[in-house]
Amino acid sequence: MRRVYLDHSATSPPLPEVVEAVRDALERFPGNPASLHGLGVEAEGLLERSREAVALSLGAEPSEVVFTSGGTEANNLAVFGAAWARQDPHVVVSAFEHSSVLEPARRLKESGVAVDFCPVDGEGFVRLDALEDLLRPNTALVSVVLVNNEVGTLQPVAEVARLLDRAQARWGRRPLLHTDAVQALGHVLFRVRDLGADLVTVSAHKLGGPKGVGALFVRRGVRLRPLVLGGDQERGLRAGTPNLPGIAGFAAAVRFWDREGDHLRDRLRQLSGRLRAGLQALGGLRWNTPSDVDRTAPHILNVSVPGLRGEVLVHRLEQEGVYASTGSACHSRRAHPSHVLLAMGRSKAEAVSAVRLSLGPETTEDDVDHAVAAFRAALEDLRFLVRS
Amino acid sequence: MPRFAYNVGVRIYMDYAATTPTDPRVLEAMRPYFTEVFGNASSVHSFGQEARAAVDRARRTLAEALGCQPSEVVLTSGATEADNWAVVGVALAHEAKGRHLVVSSVEHRAVLEPARWLASRGWEVTFLPVDRHGRVDPDDVRRALRDDTVLVSVMHANNEVGTVQPVAEVARVARERGVLVHTDATQTLGALPVRVDELGVDLLSASAHKRYGPKGVGLLYVRRGVRVEPLLRGGSHERGRRAGTENVPAIVGFGKAVELALADREAEQARVRALRDRLVCGLLELEGAVLTGHPSERLANNAHLCFEDVESESLLLALDLRGVAASSGSACTAGSLEPSHVLRAMGVPRELAAGALRLTLGRWTTQAEVDAAVELVREAVAELRRALPRARSTARG
Repeated sequence: MRRVYLDHSATSPPLPEVVEAVRDALERFPGNPASLHGLGVEAEGLLERSREAVALSLGAEPSEVVFTSGGTEANNLAVFGAAWARQDPHVVVSAFEHSSVLEPARRLKESGVAVDFCPVDGEGFVRLDALEDLLRPNTALVSVVLVNNEVGTLQPVAEVARLLDRAQARWGRRPLLHTDAVQALGHVLFRVRDLGADLVTVSAHKLGGPKGVGALFVRRGVRLRPLVLGGDQERGLRAGTPNLPGIAGFAAAVRFWDREGDHLRDRLRQLSGRLRAGLQALGGLRWNTPSDVDRTAPHILNVSVPGLRGEVLVHRLEQEGVYASTGSACHSRRAHPSHVLLAMGRSKAEAVSAVRLSLGPETTEDDVDHAVAAFRAALEDLRFLVRS
Repeated sequence: MPRFAYNVGVRIYMDYAATTPTDPRVLEAMRPYFTEVFGNASSVHSFGQEARAAVDRARRTLAEALGCQPSEVVLTSGATEADNWAVVGVALAHEAKGRHLVVSSVEHRAVLEPARWLASRGWEVTFLPVDRHGRVDPDDVRRALRDDTVLVSVMHANNEVGTVQPVAEVARVARERGVLVHTDATQTLGALPVRVDELGVDLLSASAHKRYGPKGVGLLYVRRGVRVEPLLRGGSHERGRRAGTENVPAIVGFGKAVELALADREAEQARVRALRDRLVCGLLELEGAVLTGHPSERLANNAHLCFEDVESESLLLALDLRGVAASSGSACTAGSLEPSHVLRAMGVPRELAAGALRLTLGRWTTQAEVDAAVELVREAVAELRRALPRARSTARG
């Protein structure tokens, strides 16, 4: 049976040049980059070339890129690292962050740190007015995701930065701005300095890179308390032998997107538009992703079939060869309503009826049409379950 | 034995304790998980389930190697993360019992630095002394234990000098007092028997890339029922103990690497030990060469010596020019001019410690390489000593 993979936001198939880069690193660069001998120096060379590629893609200096074991670690490092490096910190995170931002924030709160969760509106955008009201003279960190991983909305991070500038004008101290750009990298054009962000999380495996590697952009001069201690790697911000094959694969993925990105972003937009129109024609759906192309990522669509549980629909779609998800894979094992949709004001019933479709570079028009047909077949079969 | 590309040609790799080349058979096992089986192991659909099944298989292999249940193996990004997590995670989870830790003074920095961080936050840390061979005395552990001690961490074998610690005895002493025991087995999994019940430990760290597996993956064994506060939060991965999308190909590679190492562990250890002994005998013929570490209780692949009147970093560079990849100690502190904390703890005089050389052998080391290495070290040491008086007189002048 034809298999149409529409779960790129969970993980994406590694690109052929990524697989090649990983293999090459494993075979030809066996050294430890920290070793002083030739094999170490060669490994370090590959590490630094890879760092330059990731920095270039972010619009950062190479020394501002700290490699981690993935987006989750980078988000934990940003939140804990910023809070622990400061006295009496106050932390603000949006209510629909990925759980790798939310859970560290909740842990800080448990241990006595002042933490506020900024509300989002019904369309899936952080409420800037509410955010501004939450800022205090001792606010140390504000974390707002760049592209929400479930609904694909593009957050006004640069506008958040302006609010922080105003806070600085008022209190003489600017809170650090962190943005989780895991779903954005490649899919949305951004430069860290245009965002005004001090800390930016990225991950390789969401854009065709390998699993097990990510990075945190740490703007020059920003102090963080490391999460993983015990070595001088990554300027002391992240100890441990670097995952060189993973890092080389990450660099290959960002080079691919830097080269092909303009064309791919257009194509993803066109394909998701086609998918949206096809599903819209089926009727009876409620969109959780707004239709505004300027304020959404081009590859994520989230839709609810009111009255039908998301996982039932996902399983039925899989029988048609279409692979989607109900939301974040990180919590797929627990059947609970999406915290993202609840934060957007959806009812519990609506929040358990969501399906996320996410596209990637290898997605074709035929795939999209197949997905629409699968949706139609699934809905015909399952309508009887829907209670009005 | 599959060919290792860097074994042919001019280079002699003798830094297997820093990292090992990934075995081609491991790479082959990983390959499908970069291509057709690329799913997120947490996804409920079949792409995810295929990835999940591979992770579970690897976890079973690792659990069998350790003699524990698969549910007690938590996969991490490496041993550094596992060590950090063990120390900080136990300390935070058992704060109600007390805020005292006992760690040996020759631990890897991945244990020492989290312990020092806790010390800066109000915990008390006792650093255990070692004898001149680098061994911890279980009686010192007994004396260090208090009612408010929550963790003892003593590594299985030292990464610099290769000394094997009496972990089982240490664990017995600690457990009599109801104190949890962690051991860093990064250098030993696949080399020595590493069975958690024989060692009597509650937590154990290990890494793939020290045993011909890929970089970027390791594990923490956590005995059932032992509470550890997570280090990485934000997902229900690894039963809620370690958040983050599973690094499926690397985990598969880790499983394969350990399986391969265990298949011929004893024969391979005997082979490497014979080569190491030949190497040490050859090097001890050099004037002013002293063997560091324990004469018998040491890793089979470890040769660690100190040379009088030689400066370590110069020796490494001279050897590198001659095609020998070696180290002065830990790669994680390479470049530091301070004498190693391990040698200091062993009481090695500063002048001697400054001339440290670690040569660590492995799967692709041959006798011809060992013999060549002895000659090349002899040459390099002689060259540096010839240059030395000049350097000294220049300094004085």
